[in-house]
Parts: sequence; C-alpha cells; structure tokens
Amino acid sequence: MCTVCGCAEGETKIEAGHAHGHHHHHGHDHHHHDHSHEHVGPDGKVYRHTHDHDHAHDDEHDHGIIDLGRGPAGTEVPGLSQTRLVAIEQDILAKNDSFAAVNRQLFAAKGVFVLNLMSSPGSGKTTLLTRTLTDLKGRFAMAVIEGDQQTSFDADRIRATGTPAIQVNTGKGCHLDAQMVTQAVGRLPVETGSVLFIENVGNLVCPAGFDLGEAHKVVVLSVTEGEDKPLKYPAMFAGADLLLVNKVDLLPHLTFDVARMIAYARQLKPGLRVIEVSATAGQGLEAWYGWIEEGLAKAAAGRGA
Amino acid sequence: MHELALSQGIIDVVRDQAAVQGFTKVKTVRLVIGTLSHVEPEAIAFGFDAVSRGTIAEGAVLDIERPPGQAFCLSCEKPVPLPERSDPCPECGGHQLMVTGGEEMRVKELEVE
Repeated sequence: MCTVCGCAEGETKIEAGHAHGHHHHHGHDHHHHDHSHEHVGPDGKVYRHTHDHDHAHDDEHDHGIIDLGRGPAGTEVPGLSQTRLVAIEQDILAKNDSFAAVNRQLFAAKGVFVLNLMSSPGSGKTTLLTRTLTDLKGRFAMAVIEGDQQTSFDADRIRATGTPAIQVNTGKGCHLDAQMVTQAVGRLPVETGSVLFIENVGNLVCPAGFDLGEAHKVVVLSVTEGEDKPLKYPAMFAGADLLLVNKVDLLPHLTFDVARMIAYARQLKPGLRVIEVSATAGQGLEAWYGWIEEGLAKAAAGRGA
Repeated sequence: MHELALSQGIIDVVRDQAAVQGFTKVKTVRLVIGTLSHVEPEAIAFGFDAVSRGTIAEGAVLDIERPPGQAFCLSCEKPVPLPERSDPCPECGGHQLMVTGGEEMRVKELEVE
C-alpha cells in the first residue's frame, strides 16, 4: 500500500540489481486511483502507480435511450427506478489470476519449474534457499525472486551464492501478487529448463490467497515455532503441495512434537508430502533436492506441450 | 491486510464493468465470500471504504453473502458440511476431506444507475 495515498498498489518496487529506499510520485498534481501502470525510475527500479480516470466516464452513456435490460442481467427490477442490476459473477482475484495464467504459460513454454516458498518470518527460509542454491549449483540453472516489505538484504544473500536474484519490495503489502512476479520475471534471466524459487513475504496468512503461476506451493515451518500452526493458519496448509519442516537438528532441545504437527497439517491437506530438513546441519536436504529434480524433469518434459 | 488488495480487486471489476455497461454510479455491490475463504468480511468492508473513495463505487453498500463450507468425504464417499477448515467429517470423524464449497470470493452483481 502506498503511504502517500493509501492506495493498494502504489509502493511496490522491483529493483534492477540494487536497491534504494525512496518512493516516487513523479510530480502529478492530482493523485487519483484507477489505471495501474508502471514507471522505470532513473535508478532502474519499477514503480507501480494508480491513476484515476473516472472523470472521463462522466459523460452520457445512454444516448437518449433508457434500457433497463441492457446489462448481462437482462432484467428490470420494479420499484428500482433509474437503477438496474448487473450480474457479474466474477472472481475478486480475476486480475491476479489472469497474470498468474500468463506466468504459468510462460513457465510452461520454457520448461521452468517454479516454487512459491512461504512461511512465517524467521523459519529459516532464506537460509534454506541459500544452502539449496549452493548445493545444487552446476546441476541446473536457477533464479530467485525475493519478496520482502523492505530492504534487499535477502536478494543480496541470494546473489552472494552466484544465483541471479531480483528483490521485490512490497512496501506495506503483505504478499506477492502475480503481477509483481510477471514484472520481476521480465527483469530476471530465467533460462529454459531452470528452477525459479519465489520466496514470498514472511507471512502465513495473506500469501496463501494469491496464485503466482507457480507449479507448487511449498510451506516451510521450523520446529522452533508452535506445532499447532497448521490449525492456526489453515488456508496456508490446505493449499500447500509440500511441507518442509526446518531446523530439525534442534529437536533434541525442544518439546516440539513433529508427528502431531504433521497430523494437524494433514487434517487440512490429506496426503500432504512432508520432508524434514535442517538447512544448517544438512539433514534431509537430499530428499528435498530429489523432489526438486523430479519436478524439474516433469516441467522440462511438458515443455511446449 | 490482503483484504485491501482484494477490495482493490472489487473496484477493478466494477470499473471494467462500468466501461462495458456504461453505468456511472454503483449503489450496491453484492459479494459472495465463502466462510472458508481467507477473507474477513469486516476487513473487506473497511478496505472497500478506503479504495472506493473517488470512484463510482464510493458510498456503495456492500452486501455480502456467506455460503457455508462444504466438503466431500473420501471415506464416506459423500458430501458433508464443513463449518471450519480443520473440522473432521461429521459422519466418520476422519479428515479425508476435499473442500467443495465455501472458498468462493466473487462479485456477484451490482445495483447501478
């Protein structure tokens, strides 16, 4: 959300290799909300704005005819003079989903295996990702889209592994949306037959609702968190395709009941695949890498199909 | 607060329809928000108030239908009600449930002039 105006999508920044912290409004006299569009700032970052053009639609549309049945509803409602019903039946996320479909098509055409990684802040998601990138280097090409509200610290950590990464700062936004991914992908070298990791904003609530065009949603839950988290954040676990239980090397020091947590998660998603890992000690990582390679092979086989 | 983004989604739908249908004022927006969806109706209403300002939907009444959760129990092989996502099957007590309803988030219709 934009701090200047409170609009929902004004503050998203997609860096081009480096990050600055400022927020442009490009000197518009009027600050309205309607058309979304983007600018590339002098620093190479992308700014998404909304501008209002409603006033352009204030002219007469009826051309002398009052046709109450003109809309798709095709109905006239007695007693509602000058008022009509318009049936819409459109998903609220239609816009997001259309961008997700574009992303999915692009990924399918290039045989790119795309994972949307989601978790609470502090689950060790970035550490797991940097370890994964380091270990899998040379096996296949990889790239990363990093989502955070602020800073490019995480993208910097990813780039230190030699993997191309782009940071999307959502400003006050609590999740990545499909359009942000579309924009980011345009600025990232995503090779044919590669793996693209999208590290979502650390949040177990909002990211669950937004399809990014990924092949799979992967939820990371660390054993230093509560084992009842699946029940507290059901939408996230119900939508997951893989659950990575991280920091299992710490289990001897904790009372975390892994079996109970997995049972909770499977209440929400029967048959959910679970891999227990430790990003620092290395436990379980080969199973995780095997799962990625299997998915990549499928994505590559389906290319252009 | 992803409800704010969703409220913006509602405004997007309204604006697109206004361009096609040629209406200039929205009096009521009827939404269908399933009880299993990841959305709080109160937060949608709050977000809608904020993002509708200065648009043709400013001041519109939000009328929200809440269809209940429904699932198909793979064990019982029949549809069952599912008030909460983590609830067991009311028949067998199991969790082999596929959600079949209550997740929808739609703009159903608009009352316009």
